Amino acid sequence: MSSKTLSSSTASRKSVGWRFLGSELSVLFRRRRTWALLAALAAIPVLIAVAVKLSSGPPRGRGPAFLDQVSQNGLFVAVVATIVAIPLFLPLTVGVVAGDTVAGEASTGTLRYLLMSPVARGRLLAVKYAGAVVFCLAATFTVGSVGTLMGALLFPVGPVTTLSGTTIDVTESLVRIALVCLYVTLSLLGLCAVGLFMSTLTDVPVGAMAATVVASVVSQVVGQLPQLEWIHPWLLTHYWLGFADLLRDPVVWDSFAANAVLQAGYIVVFGALAYGRFSTKDVLA
Amino acid sequence: MSGAADLVIETTGLTKRLGGRSVLNGIDLAVPRGSVFGFLGPNGSGKTTTIRILLGLASATSGDVRVLGESIPRALQQVLPRVGALVEGPGFYPFLSGTANLLRLDAADRYVSPSTRRQRVDTALERVGLSQAAGKKVGRYSLGMKQRLGIANALLTHRDLIVLDEPTNGLDPQGTREVRHLVRSLTEEGTTVFVSSHLLTEVEQICSHAAVLSAGSLVAQGSLEELRRAGEPRLRVVTPDLPQTHTVLRRLGTTPDDDGASPGAHIITAPLPDGVTPDRIVRELVEAGVRVNGFSVDQAGLEDLFVALTGEGFDVVQ
Repeated sequence: MSSKTLSSSTASRKSVGWRFLGSELSVLFRRRRTWALLAALAAIPVLIAVAVKLSSGPPRGRGPAFLDQVSQNGLFVAVVATIVAIPLFLPLTVGVVAGDTVAGEASTGTLRYLLMSPVARGRLLAVKYAGAVVFCLAATFTVGSVGTLMGALLFPVGPVTTLSGTTIDVTESLVRIALVCLYVTLSLLGLCAVGLFMSTLTDVPVGAMAATVVASVVSQVVGQLPQLEWIHPWLLTHYWLGFADLLRDPVVWDSFAANAVLQAGYIVVFGALAYGRFSTKDVLA
Repeated sequence: MSGAADLVIETTGLTKRLGGRSVLNGIDLAVPRGSVFGFLGPNGSGKTTTIRILLGLASATSGDVRVLGESIPRALQQVLPRVGALVEGPGFYPFLSGTANLLRLDAADRYVSPSTRRQRVDTALERVGLSQAAGKKVGRYSLGMKQRLGIANALLTHRDLIVLDEPTNGLDPQGTREVRHLVRSLTEEGTTVFVSSHLLTEVEQICSHAAVLSAGSLVAQGSLEELRRAGEPRLRVVTPDLPQTHTVLRRLGTTPDDDGASPGAHIITAPLPDGVTPDRIVRELVEAGVRVNGFSVDQAGLEDLFVALTGEGFDVVQ
């Protein structure tokens, strides 16, 4: 048998490779851990809604923004839950998924087999990043949709007064909630890139996860220090809570755009760092 | 006889340094097409490091690597679809079934047809005897089953080269025999098989060629016949007359080893002296009054060669 006929059976035509992304998502969402993380996030609006329902009278002036509005309009559960989830819960779950991207494959020994499949290293990083982004979407929309559902179940639902003082109907309000979810997803994209980079540094996923979460916490702490104000516009978390503009009428897109530019910067920098590290790394695990 | 075109793996001066320590010192591997190539060496001699470099998982510090005629790592993405490998143990997602794991790895390969994916996965699982456990989560597999799944992954599509790093790790004797059969059937399909092992008997049973690695250097390489010939032949005399035999053998220019004593007879072994034919030795012994109960000349086993080349004992060579 000649070598020519042997080699022609493979390595002839190359597909685009969307199937690998599909496979990545299916692996991500077939993990019990992914569902546990989403369930933990879903618990936030449930807890808020139930707590408000059981407590007597609106707790004016205390607690997260809009909490006092929940009992009058259930649509606010989604917004309040999102505000509660942003500082710690969302970065925590995203940190777990993003930190696991490469290090997790290394620790199960699947990284070397993926690379030999073969998957080029740049493509592997891109697909892993895309998977983490899809998780961010799932996470924010879990909080938003469970919040909306719980609000509708336990409280009256009606037209919402925007921060500009006008009133928008329920459909428009749902669109605004979806916009908030998209905004928060966008806010997390930079953190995903940080997590991806951390994940290329180690074969121990827990280390990369912790480092990613710590990065988001440090960024928020620095954001609280007035002495370091000059650095604030550059912080990963600078626009995290800046979605109030989406609750005005008409919608003001300034913070959305500024956030997008900032997150894109983080994606470029940490994406490049991750590629620089991973493309030359000896895969020994 | 073997031009570069006939070599499936060819390295020249392959060197790898890690943290100032030299792991591989100028390896020149030449693996002929169609061979079953045994890559032997004690633990820690650099076998897996070599394989990692061949497959682009690690980079070489210096030296030239060609696999299937293409330069590595430059043509890695063109070469790897034609190579199946089991490297340093199997690696699978414990929360997915055996089938799902293989489907995932196959989906990552852009060169294979998705329409035949399911069928190829089933065939590969059947080939390694895992059909029964295909739906079970890999986390519940035994070590041997994972090893079989790792081999199945290497067989997902037709390969020109299959690299098996310690393929019989964790396998029972039955599994080991199945691997031998599998390797044989792969060769019949025209696939070159590169097997690394620290177990000499394994290599001796299935390989046509072998190379021996010791402390990062290649100390022997060639067909099994050539390697066997490299060991010096030994003579073996069974006789009750110990001192006379020693005298005769010394006179013929060889030094007898220590005896393996047995009741009523001694077994004396010694290197076959140069330029002395076996029949002359027997004649000399008989003329000296030695009662020769048995006489043979044996080629040194590969094991003697292996031990001579790599040293004996459990110490990991640094």
